[in-house]
Amino acid sequence: MNSDITSFASLAPAFPEMLVAAGAIVLLLFGIFTKKERANGVAMAAVVLLVATAGIVIFHPAQGVIFNGGFIADEFARFMKVLVIGGAAFALILSLPSSRQHQLDKFEYSVLVLLATLGMMMMVSANDLMSLYLGLELQSLAAYVLAAMKRDSARATEAGLKYFVLGALSSGMLLYGASLIYGFTGHTQLDLIVDQIVMGERSIGLIFGMVFLLAGIAFKISAVPFHMWTPDVYEGAPTPVTAFLASAPKVAAMALLVRVVTVSFAPITSDWQQIVIFLSIASMVLAAFAAIGQKSLKRLVAYSSIGHVGFALVGLSSGTAVGVEGVAIYMAIYVTMTIGLFACILALRTQNGAVEDIAELAGLAQRRPFVAAMIAVLMFSLIGLPPLAGFFAKWHVFLAAIEARLFVLAVIGVLASAISAFYYLRIVKTMYFDEPVLEYAAVPRELTAVMGVTGFLVITYFVTVGGPLAAAARVASGSLF
Amino acid sequence: MLAQVGIGLGHYLTVGALLFTIGVFGIFLNRRNIIVILMSVELILLAVNINFIAFSAELGDLAGQIFALLILTVAAAEAAIGLAILVIFYRNRGSIAVDDVNMMKG
Repeated sequence: MNSDITSFASLAPAFPEMLVAAGAIVLLLFGIFTKKERANGVAMAAVVLLVATAGIVIFHPAQGVIFNGGFIADEFARFMKVLVIGGAAFALILSLPSSRQHQLDKFEYSVLVLLATLGMMMMVSANDLMSLYLGLELQSLAAYVLAAMKRDSARATEAGLKYFVLGALSSGMLLYGASLIYGFTGHTQLDLIVDQIVMGERSIGLIFGMVFLLAGIAFKISAVPFHMWTPDVYEGAPTPVTAFLASAPKVAAMALLVRVVTVSFAPITSDWQQIVIFLSIASMVLAAFAAIGQKSLKRLVAYSSIGHVGFALVGLSSGTAVGVEGVAIYMAIYVTMTIGLFACILALRTQNGAVEDIAELAGLAQRRPFVAAMIAVLMFSLIGLPPLAGFFAKWHVFLAAIEARLFVLAVIGVLASAISAFYYLRIVKTMYFDEPVLEYAAVPRELTAVMGVTGFLVITYFVTVGGPLAAAARVASGSLF
Repeated sequence: MLAQVGIGLGHYLTVGALLFTIGVFGIFLNRRNIIVILMSVELILLAVNINFIAFSAELGDLAGQIFALLILTVAAAEAAIGLAILVIFYRNRGSIAVDDVNMMKG
C-alpha cells in the first residue's frame, strides 16, 4: 500500500484531474497577482487547459483503480469525462462575447468553472461514497457561487440562494443515505458494498439508505419531484452560467447515478428500478405539461431539460447494458443540443439587453435567418424528429426499455414526447410566422461558430458521429457490467 | 461505558434520525429567517455525522470516522459560501425573510 502512495507513475489514472486542479490554482494565482483585468485571457487559457485535458482522456487513457479503491478510471468514466469537459469548455466559450453584460468578466469565473469541472470529473470517477461526496460538493459549491456571480442583480442572488438551500438539503439527504448504506453493509467502497448485498435478501436499513441516496442524486439531475429549484435557478442565473449548469453537471450527476445503481445495487435491481421508473415518468409528464404555459425562454429550457432527464432515465430503467449505452448516447446528444440552444439564446440581443421572452422572438426568421434556422433545427431535434440527433437519442433509450419489457414506460415516454412537441413548435411558429417587432444586435462570431458546429453535428448525426458515438457508448457501458 | 448502561447503536440512530427530521422540517416550515435555514442544514449534517460515528464504533471500522471528518470540513466550506450568498442577497433586497425570496415563480 505504501508504494501506491509514493510512486507517482501509479497515479496515472488521475492525471487529467491533477492537470485541471493544478491549472485552476495557477490561473487563480495569475489572476490575483496581475493588476490588469485579464478575465477573457484567463478564460481562453482555461479553455486550452480543458482541451488539453480532454486530449489526455481521449488519447492517453490510463485505466485502473487508485487511492485505495476511491477512484476508478474505466471506459465509462472516460466517455462521461469527455462529455463533461466538452460541455464546460463550450460553456466557457459561450460566455466570452457577453461576459461584460453578465458581469462575468472576472478571472474568478473561469477558475470556478475549472473547479466545478474538477468536481464533476471526480464524480464520474468516484468509486467510494467518500470520493463521490467530495466530488459532488466541489461541483455544487462552485456552482452556487457561479449562479450568484452577478452580484448586484436581485434575481441572480435569489437564484444562488435557492440553489444553495436546496442543494445543501439534497447533499444532506445523500449523506444520510450514505451513512445508512455504510452502517448496513460495513463498506463505503461501491464495489465492496455489492458483495454484502445478498441476492433477493435485503435489510430495510439498506433500502432506506438507497432511497435517500437516490433522492439526493435526483436533486442534482433535477428529476421530478426534486426539480423545484431548476426553473428559478435557470431563469435567475446569468445566461452563460445557465448554459454551463444545464450541460455538464447533468451529465456528471447522471453518470454518478448510473455507476451507483449498476455497480453497488446490482443484486437489488428490481428495487431501484421502481424508483428510477417513477422519476422518469414523473419528469417526462410534468415537464411536458408545465413547459406549455411558460413565457420566459430560459424557464422553458429548464422544463425541457427536466423532460430530457426523464427520457434519459427511461434507458436506465431497463437496468441492462443496452440501457446504460442508451443513457450515454442520450447525454452526449443532450449536451450538444443544450450548448447549441444556449449559443442561439445568447446570440439574441437588442440594443437594450438580452432577449428572454418567447414573444420577443417574433419574426426572427426575417431579421436573423441563420439564428432562426438553427433554433428551428434544435427544436426539431429536441422533439425527436428523424433524421436529427434527438431522434436517435430517444430511439436508443426506448429500444432498451422495450427490450426490458417496460412497455407502459415506453408508451408514456412517446406520448410525453408528442405533447412536448407543442411547446417546441410554438417557438418555431413565433419565429417564422409572426411579424417582427425587435431590431437585433449583430451576432458575435464565437457564437456563430458554436452554432455552426453543434448544428452540423445535430443535422449530420446519422452519417458522421452516430456510428463512432454508439460504439464508444457500447464500450463504456460494457465496463460497468 | 455508555454501552454498560444500555445505550447502544439504536439510541444513537434514533437521535440521528430525530435531528435529521428536525433539520428537514426547519428548512420547510420556517417562514421567517434564512439564517435558520443555514442552521437547519448544519443540523442535518451533524445528524449524519452521529450516524457515521455510531456505525463506525459498532462495526469497529475507521472509514465512518474519516467520512465524518470530511463532512465537517465540507460543512464549514458550505456555511461560508451560504453566508456569502446571503450577504449579497441582503444587499440587493434589504431583507433576509424567507417570504421575500419570491421574485421568480411558476
